[in-house]
Amino acid sequence: MTDTTNQGFAPGTRPDLPPPVSESGVIGWLRHNLFSSWWDTLLTLGAIYLIYLIVPPFVTWAFLDATWNFVPEVLSGEKSPQISDCTSGGACWIFVRARFGQFFYGFYPDAERWRVNIVLILLVASIYGLLAERVKNKQPIAWFFFLIFPILAFVLLYGGFGLEVVPTQQWGGFMLTLIISGIGIVFSLPIGILLALGRRSQLPVVHLLCTLFIEFARGVPLITILFMANVMLPLFLPPGVEFNILVRILIGVTLFASAYMAEVIRGGLQALPKGQYEGAMAMGLGYWQMMRLIIMPQALRVAIPSIVNNFISLAQDTTLVAIVGLYDFLNIVRAGSRDSNWIGTEIEGYVFCGVVYWAFCFAMSRYSMHLERKLHTGHKR
Amino acid sequence: MSTQSTAANPSVSDEVMIQMVGVNKWYGQFHVLKDIDLTVNTGERIVVCGPSGSGKSTMIRCINRLEEHQKGKIVVDGIELTHDLKHIEKIRREVGMVFQHFNLFPHLTVLENLTLSPIWVKKVPKREAEEVAMHFLERVKIPEQAAKYPGQLSGGQQQRVAIARSLCMNPKVMLFDEPTSALDPEMIKEVLDVMIGLAESGMTMICVTHEMGFARTVANRVIFMDRGEIIEQNEPEEFFNNPTSERTRLFLSQILHH
Amino acid sequence: MAMAQGTPENGVANGHSHHHVAFWRDERKRGLAAQLVVILAILAFGWYLIANLLANQERLGIPLGLDFLENVAGFQLSFAVLPVTLESPIGRLLVVGGLNTLVAAFFSAIIATFVGLLIGIMRLSHNWLISRIAATYIEIIRNIPLLLQLVFWYGGVLVTLPRPRDSLSAFDLVYLNIKGLFMPRPVPEPGAGIVLIAFVAAIGIAIGVARWARQRQMATGQQFATVPVNFAIVIGLPTFAYLLLGRPIAWDVPQPGAFNFTGGVTILPEMTALIIGLGLSTAAYVAEIVRSGINSVSHGQTEAALALGLKPRWCMRLVILPQALRVMIPPMISQYLNVVKNSTLAGFIGYPDLFSIIGTSQNQTGRAVECVMILMLFYLSVSLIISVIMNWYNKRVMLVER
Repeated sequence: MTDTTNQGFAPGTRPDLPPPVSESGVIGWLRHNLFSSWWDTLLTLGAIYLIYLIVPPFVTWAFLDATWNFVPEVLSGEKSPQISDCTSGGACWIFVRARFGQFFYGFYPDAERWRVNIVLILLVASIYGLLAERVKNKQPIAWFFFLIFPILAFVLLYGGFGLEVVPTQQWGGFMLTLIISGIGIVFSLPIGILLALGRRSQLPVVHLLCTLFIEFARGVPLITILFMANVMLPLFLPPGVEFNILVRILIGVTLFASAYMAEVIRGGLQALPKGQYEGAMAMGLGYWQMMRLIIMPQALRVAIPSIVNNFISLAQDTTLVAIVGLYDFLNIVRAGSRDSNWIGTEIEGYVFCGVVYWAFCFAMSRYSMHLERKLHTGHKR
Repeated sequence: MSTQSTAANPSVSDEVMIQMVGVNKWYGQFHVLKDIDLTVNTGERIVVCGPSGSGKSTMIRCINRLEEHQKGKIVVDGIELTHDLKHIEKIRREVGMVFQHFNLFPHLTVLENLTLSPIWVKKVPKREAEEVAMHFLERVKIPEQAAKYPGQLSGGQQQRVAIARSLCMNPKVMLFDEPTSALDPEMIKEVLDVMIGLAESGMTMICVTHEMGFARTVANRVIFMDRGEIIEQNEPEEFFNNPTSERTRLFLSQILHH
Repeated sequence: MAMAQGTPENGVANGHSHHHVAFWRDERKRGLAAQLVVILAILAFGWYLIANLLANQERLGIPLGLDFLENVAGFQLSFAVLPVTLESPIGRLLVVGGLNTLVAAFFSAIIATFVGLLIGIMRLSHNWLISRIAATYIEIIRNIPLLLQLVFWYGGVLVTLPRPRDSLSAFDLVYLNIKGLFMPRPVPEPGAGIVLIAFVAAIGIAIGVARWARQRQMATGQQFATVPVNFAIVIGLPTFAYLLLGRPIAWDVPQPGAFNFTGGVTILPEMTALIIGLGLSTAAYVAEIVRSGINSVSHGQTEAALALGLKPRWCMRLVILPQALRVMIPPMISQYLNVVKNSTLAGFIGYPDLFSIIGTSQNQTGRAVECVMILMLFYLSVSLIISVIMNWYNKRVMLVER
């Protein structure tokens, strides 16, 4: 053993030495992570071959050979764009360009789309205000978001008060996807809280009813609940009363989402030590005060990452509303590629739809992971 | 332990503060409390000790209805504990409790922890509640931590905040459920000093603890419990020097010579 | 909660006070009263709904009852596990629909399990590139709606397959084209049963060998190469019987016909897309379960096992996997449930599962309530059965391990 102690260093004065070259730098990294054994090397080569099989053809199709621009006749207004304008052999992106407005706003009239934009800006701004660290006083934002915003958004989107009425049949595209999943998640929060408290209640009847509801809604597929909302719900209303199809779907989605929300909140409640309940009770707080001031603020904090995940799945599940003939984002893209001008653009449509969905959901899932990490450091030093 | 600071013995009045008569409790088939009879006068300081599982914590948790007793009678300051929610509310307002694991609310600052109950239960204006809270924080000697979150404090500091939190309700009785057993040795003293100060001010206290130095200094009565029964109770001097029951002797020899 | 600062004196201090407390102030009675109110509210609401329902049914002239199940359905299915005709009653179509759902879900679950296991192990690999590929797969699948994946496989990938005359083929036995996947079908001849018996017997022998090897190891310490020996038995015995009996199983190989292939087994593109799409999608979730299950076993366990001198292979089998399995089983149960539930998307790509058949039946008969009830009952009982079986298995694993 070569021993550095023989070089006559006094205790505590031994200098730091750099590691051997084979352990550090690019070569060290490659050796450790890609070529540590013959089996490892084989795997690496196999992986490179797999990437070679998939990535270059896709890049060629989607970028190098793709058609991005309209032909001059379209720009000068002589004809409308169509699939035969794409002659380069790759992806026909002019399909997406031509239909972009429809993909995002559905059949909402061009002249009124500013209203949707305002709602979207308000939505993003208030969610940022609610979640951002640097905004300190969140109470007015919360009041705005949960009380004023829904009414304002409804008036802006639907019309009335001097605004032209846009019936819900004209809503569609990414906007409709956001509306359905957003309303589903916002309304499922209070119902979910009540269901979660009910499931943990010591009153047997309340516990049983809440458990039955939660397990029922989680045991059947969303699509069957949509089917029920579509064909069965109207039969339970008093004769003469009719709900708009969108309202019926929203009721179904909200009830479905509440069951999952309840389980997420129940998880948050279970994460709290019993001492928090005892501390609050010993201080003389009543049940609802204890829930509002001590338990819920902590349980919801724990549950936020899962709530975001619920929102992600709900946004994806919203594609199922196509079954009752609503034109959500995916359905309107599919409808677009069935247009006789655009036969054969399915793949472009699906790839575009997939990329948008992916970016939206991936960003949110990263955010929820970030929250989860922050939770562990939370109010600590 | 600061044994030399013999607590001045504040007056113990004849007025009954807590009365337990024939209290029994079961967890399923398990009989945790067996015919507990205990009377605590205003200003009395009582230390309860006994082996783990002897029912000491359960007994004091019955006093503010964290546990429900199934037989017998508990009266606190003239109010009987029944299923009447009004009575439970009143008693919890008059009885402060300090827990082994502090049970501070981690999402609130120290000051918010202290003012929560005065604001929401006693309906005191926020300004006033904060003044009272600062007063008690000074009394437990950590006013500078008011704006911090519980997670940022040491265990001893957290327990002192918990004591101050209970005091903010201006309780007539304080219950301590093993307040020092979750603490590192070097932090025990700072908490005990606060408790001794509290005793000197004449607070009625019931402490479940194994700190025998504390018992000798401040208690007027030491109670020994085993298997759900009160085996023996006496003044500290007599209790430690001449325990009457064999079980008490065994228990004392185990905790004192270890 | 009432917070009035009442005077303490009116709280009576004698032992009989709780007989006179008003019920809204009594803990227990208040609970009872609250429950009674809930029950009454639910009953009243339910009564209101049912009254509306009956009124509406009468107004529309639709009776309630299951008699419509005997009516002739009058629509054809593109795929059916049991034979059906245009004259089959609706009830039979629903049974076929349920079976179609279960068949598709079963194959999807198998694909999901194996692909998920593979991706999960890749994700845990020390090889950076392999691990990244698995992570990319998982992130792509999980952030794209399942329906989009299904229509992509069906409308995007499978339509690009060649026409029948340009079919892709493997050894002229298996053909793939736009009309589906064509495979040889085994046709049993006399003696085929013996081959089957040989196969079953081989599995029995293999289990016996494993037991014997275990007992011998426990008794004498000698180890036995169980895996290769059993592999040889399970493959070898039926093959030997097959050859000995003069190949009693004939293969009905698909033959190119005028428009399409005839003979053999055909798997329609709808079913292929559903099984592939659902299987590959669920695989991403399975992979995450595998990964988090194995990661949930603390590193100290590995170190302790290696320090005891166990080889890494044994460390995995004897220490890590038994602990990881316990963590993995509950989420795996819910993934299998999800496969069954998600198979309702089959209707979007034209595979006749229970949901799409019920949708059509409801459309034709107008019997909304009955159809929804049958649908819910089916999915709830499948959920219940799967969770009962898996929970039973889960408990067994727990007990064996303790």
